[in-house]
Amino acid sequence: MNIQVELEETNNTLTGFIRGEIDAHTAPVLREKLEMHHHKEGLNAVLDLSDVDYMDSTGLGVFVAFYKSVNAKGGHVKLKGLSTRLKRLFDITGLGEIMDIESVGKGGN
Amino acid sequence: MVHKIENQYKEILNQYMQRQSEQNLYVGQNFSRQLISENISPEEVISVHKAAMQEIYKDLPEVVWHSFDFLVEMMINYGLALQERQSLLQRQEEIRVEMDLAANVQETLLKTKLPTLDGLDIGLLSIPARKMNGDYIYFISDAEGHAGIAVADVIGKGLPAALCMSMVKFGMDSLNHSPANPSEVLGVINRVVEKSIDDSMFVSMFYGRYDAVSAQMTYGSAGHEPAILYRAKTNDFSELYAKGLLLGVSPAATYEEHTVQLEENDMVIMMTDGVTEGRTDQGFIEREVIFKMIEEKKDEPAQVIVQYVYDALERMQNAVLSDDFTLVIYKKV
Repeated sequence: MNIQVELEETNNTLTGFIRGEIDAHTAPVLREKLEMHHHKEGLNAVLDLSDVDYMDSTGLGVFVAFYKSVNAKGGHVKLKGLSTRLKRLFDITGLGEIMDIESVGKGGN
Repeated sequence: MVHKIENQYKEILNQYMQRQSEQNLYVGQNFSRQLISENISPEEVISVHKAAMQEIYKDLPEVVWHSFDFLVEMMINYGLALQERQSLLQRQEEIRVEMDLAANVQETLLKTKLPTLDGLDIGLLSIPARKMNGDYIYFISDAEGHAGIAVADVIGKGLPAALCMSMVKFGMDSLNHSPANPSEVLGVINRVVEKSIDDSMFVSMFYGRYDAVSAQMTYGSAGHEPAILYRAKTNDFSELYAKGLLLGVSPAATYEEHTVQLEENDMVIMMTDGVTEGRTDQGFIEREVIFKMIEEKKDEPAQVIVQYVYDALERMQNAVLSDDFTLVIYKKV
């Protein structure tokens, strides 16, 4: 299980660092940790993925589920530090259009 | 039966006590396998041992016999653990049989008919990483020369993914209308999927409609790995990108569609991420590597090409593909 998930919530702001690989084996770990926060009203989540080496579609599913439940409660999810490979995954799936993502090197959106 | 075992055990033990040779130990080992196969519990073995010892060495002090009684007690939980393991093995076997059955049902349920059109050569390969396939191919064809194809991939694996796939299939069945536009098809399936599945399950899908009369391919994509266009004239590869969100995320999603004109020996290569997300010890397998494989076999029939790519990728990944693999080639001939 090569994944590290650090989440810290203060004043309705969730700051997270995720490191390692997000695939079918590690995605349940990430999902479980994110689910401890997604029910909050108006949560502002910023997740840093700059140390994520690999993510497959299972990982994508976890972020989409998190995005949908946070959004439904009037909150916001931002993913930052996406590598070119991860950015491509979000772009191909059309998720880049609806989610707030920021890739490495480009600075802003 | 028990009596027979007791006698055999006593004999083997007696032989060992006299000689203590490797050969005697070996006989004992084999005998223990027989005991296991006959479901003799560890505590029973100790009781048998005690009885044998009492017959061979009557005069041992009382403490020795007491110690065996104690040991029998100590072993009872080991015996229970063993029983539990055996019932787990049995359950595992039952589940395996059920999964086989489900995989068969899936295969029958999702069966699709390969279209035969003049001027179009189709190659197709779909191999599940596990028993149930999370990838799906569906053809819609008619006598007017249309060959519609859906290539879908459920995010998630195994049984839930397979069930979700059946839903896509029934959605496709309900609009079994070959000339339908990709943007329409994707829109309809999106609403079907969005209504029915939970928040962490999604489907990506490519839909292409080939018209044999005009040799045009119109395509749309719902968050799917872009199809690749190979141009025979210039010998180059390019992505067929069409904007569109994964199915099941938002009911309001809309889908672009584009059209390309195919010339002789051009190919449209459709796939799932099981083809492009391969990894070796050296890292990811770049798409250019796959393009090169296709280029090497470009003059072969489409089926030969897809098989060649699969074999080569499987070899590169030491015969372990971690994701469902689906590759379809439409070749204009």
